[in-house]
Amino acid sequence: MEICIRLEDVKRIYPMEAGDVYALNGVTLDIGVGEFVAIMGASGSGKTTLLNQIGCLDQPTSGNLYIEGKNTRELSDYELTNLRRDAIGFIFQKFNLIPLLTAFENVEYPLILKTGARDTTGRPADLLRLVGLDGGHMKHTPNQLSGGQQQRVAIARALANDPRIILCDEPTGNLDSKTGNQIMDLLTDLNRQGKTIVMVTHSDEIATYADRLITIRDGVIQ
Amino acid sequence: MTFELAQRNVRLHLFRSILAAIGIIIGVVAITSMGLLGGALEQSVSDELMNMGNTIIITPAGPSVGDEKAGIDERDIRQIKLIAGRNPTIAFYNTYDQVKVGDSQGYSSVYGVDPGELPPITTLISGRYISGTEGVMIGQTLARNYGIREGNFITVGIGAREQRIRVVGILEDTGFSGGIQTDNAIIGSERWYEATYSGRGKYDQVVITVHNLDDIDGIKDAIDARLNRREDVVNIMDFRSLISSIQEAIGQISLFVMAIGGISLLVAAVSILNVMLISVNERIKEIGILRSIGTQKADISKMFLYEAAILGLIGSVCGGLLSLVGGGLLIMLIMQDISYLLTMHTVITVIYGMIIGTVICIAAGVYPAHRAAQLNPIDALSND
Ligand SMILES: Nc1ncnc2c1ncn2[C@@H]1O[C@H](COP(=O)(O)OP(=O)(O)O)[C@@H](O)[C@H]1O
Ligand SMILES: [Mg+2]
Repeated sequence: MEICIRLEDVKRIYPMEAGDVYALNGVTLDIGVGEFVAIMGASGSGKTTLLNQIGCLDQPTSGNLYIEGKNTRELSDYELTNLRRDAIGFIFQKFNLIPLLTAFENVEYPLILKTGARDTTGRPADLLRLVGLDGGHMKHTPNQLSGGQQQRVAIARALANDPRIILCDEPTGNLDSKTGNQIMDLLTDLNRQGKTIVMVTHSDEIATYADRLITIRDGVIQ
Repeated sequence: MTFELAQRNVRLHLFRSILAAIGIIIGVVAITSMGLLGGALEQSVSDELMNMGNTIIITPAGPSVGDEKAGIDERDIRQIKLIAGRNPTIAFYNTYDQVKVGDSQGYSSVYGVDPGELPPITTLISGRYISGTEGVMIGQTLARNYGIREGNFITVGIGAREQRIRVVGILEDTGFSGGIQTDNAIIGSERWYEATYSGRGKYDQVVITVHNLDDIDGIKDAIDARLNRREDVVNIMDFRSLISSIQEAIGQISLFVMAIGGISLLVAAVSILNVMLISVNERIKEIGILRSIGTQKADISKMFLYEAAILGLIGSVCGGLLSLVGGGLLIMLIMQDISYLLTMHTVITVIYGMIIGTVICIAAGVYPAHRAAQLNPIDALSND
C-alpha cells in the first residue's frame, strides 16, 4: 500500500497554567492512498487536534508528520499554506464558508488563490451541481442557505483545486440524519474516485461509511 | 478577490466605515485648508515684495550733522545714472512730517520728486500730476484716511514751517513701486521740497529699478567702486535677501499651521487603527477559514490594508474636495480675495493633502493587518 499520510510519535502539548495538556500523546499512524479512515473518540480525546496536524494547520510539538512523503517540519509557512491549498480539502462541522462571498464565489475562491485570476472555466458551477446545489442558490450567501446546502458548498469548495486528501471534522454533526446520509454518499463517491479521506465523527452509524476505524482516547490511539 | 473581500467588508459595516472616513475627511480638510491659506498668504506677500525685489536703494552714508544735511549730490547721481545705464534711476528727497486736515493730524512721508519722473511709475486716480511748485499729490490710503479729495487743502509741517497747500491729484496705491512708497505719502515737486525743507542738491535716496536681476550685483559693485573709493559716501542695498527671509518665515508659519491640522489627521489615524482592530477581531474566524484553505499570510495582510486604503481614499477625496470650500472660506475671510484659490498651488496642495490622508490611513492599517496575518489558523478557526 502506498503511504499518503504518516505520523511518527506525534505529540501535541498545550502548555497551560494549570499544567501541560497532552492533546496528542505519541500518535504513530499510516494512512494509505485512497483509504477512507474514520477517527472516533470521546469529546476532548484529541480528534480535532489530530486532524489539524494532518491538515498542516498546526505543527506537532514533537514527532514527525509526512504528507505524500514530505516531512512537514522541513516546510515553511508559505509552503505549508500552498500544500493546504493544493493537496488538502477541508470540510468542517460548522461549514466555515466565507460569509462575505456567495456560494459560487466560495467555491471559486481557492481557484483564484491558485491561478491568481477569476474563473473562466465554469468549474465552480460544475462542482456545485456535482454536490447537488441547484443553480438558483449559487448567488446566495451562506446565511441564505440551509445547513445541508452550506455543507454541499463546503464540499464543492474542498474539491476546487482537485486535492488528493480530504479532511472532515464531524461533517454531519450539524445536519439531520437524512441530509447527513446524503453528504456521506457524496464523500463515499469521492473516495471511490481515489481521494484519501480522513473523517472525525462520534456517530457509529456515520463511521460505517469508512473502511477503517481508528479510536483515540486521551491523545493515544487504542 | 482579496480586494473584493475588503470592499464588501467596508460595505457590510457601512456606518462604522463612514465614521472612520469622517475622521479622515476632517483631518484632510484641516491640513489642506491650512496649506491653501498659507500658500495664499505667501503668494500675496510675494506679489507685494516682488515689486521691490528688483530695486537697488542708495542712501547717504554719513549722518546729517546740525544744519549740515547729509545727501547725495548731483555729481554722484550723474555717476550712478551712468553706471545704471538703461535701468530707470530716480533720485528724490524724502522726510517725515506732520499733516493736519481739519481736526485730525498725524505724520506722513513727504517726497520731493522731479515731476517728470512720476508718470512712468505711478497711476493717477483723480486730479492731475504736479508741475512747478504749486500743490502736492497724495497717496490713495492717505486720502482715504483723512477724507481728502483733489482740490482740498492740507496743512504740512510744524511751527514756522507750517504751510497750507492744495492737493492737486491722488495716486493709486501701488505698494512699493519704483522705490517710492506713495500709498501713505505726500508727493511734491523737487522745487517745492527744496523751498520747504532746504537742503537743495542733497538727495536722500536714489533708486535703480533693475530689469535683469542678474545685473544687481554688478551695478552695486560698480557704484561702490566709483563712489566709495576713498571714504564711504553712500550705502547701497537691495532686498533679495530680505525678501527670501520673509518668504522663508511665511513658509515656516504655514508649515506650522499645517502641522496643527496634522494633529487632527493623527487623531483620525488612531480611529482608523481602532476600526481596523475591531474589524480584525470580528473576522478572526473568517481569517482562520481563509488560512485553512490556503490563503497566504501576505494576502490576509493585503485584505486589511485594502480596507484601510478604501477608507483612506474615500475620506481623502471627500476631504480634498471639501477643503476647497474650507480653504476658500478662510481665504475669503482673511484676504477678501478669492482669486488666490484659483492657482496651481491649490491643485498641488489638495493633491498632497489627499495623498497624505491616504498614506496615513494605510499606515494606520499596517499594525492590524500584521496582527491578522500572524493569527494562528487553529486559534482563529476555534473562535466563535
Ligand atoms: N488551543 C488549545 N489550547 C489548549 N488546550 C487545547 C486547545 N485545543 C485543544 N485543547 C485541548 O486538547 C484536548 C483535545 O482537544 P480536541 O482535539 O479539540 O478534542 P476533540 O476534537 O476530540 O473533542 C482537549 O483536552 C482540549 O481541551
Ligand atoms: Mg473536535
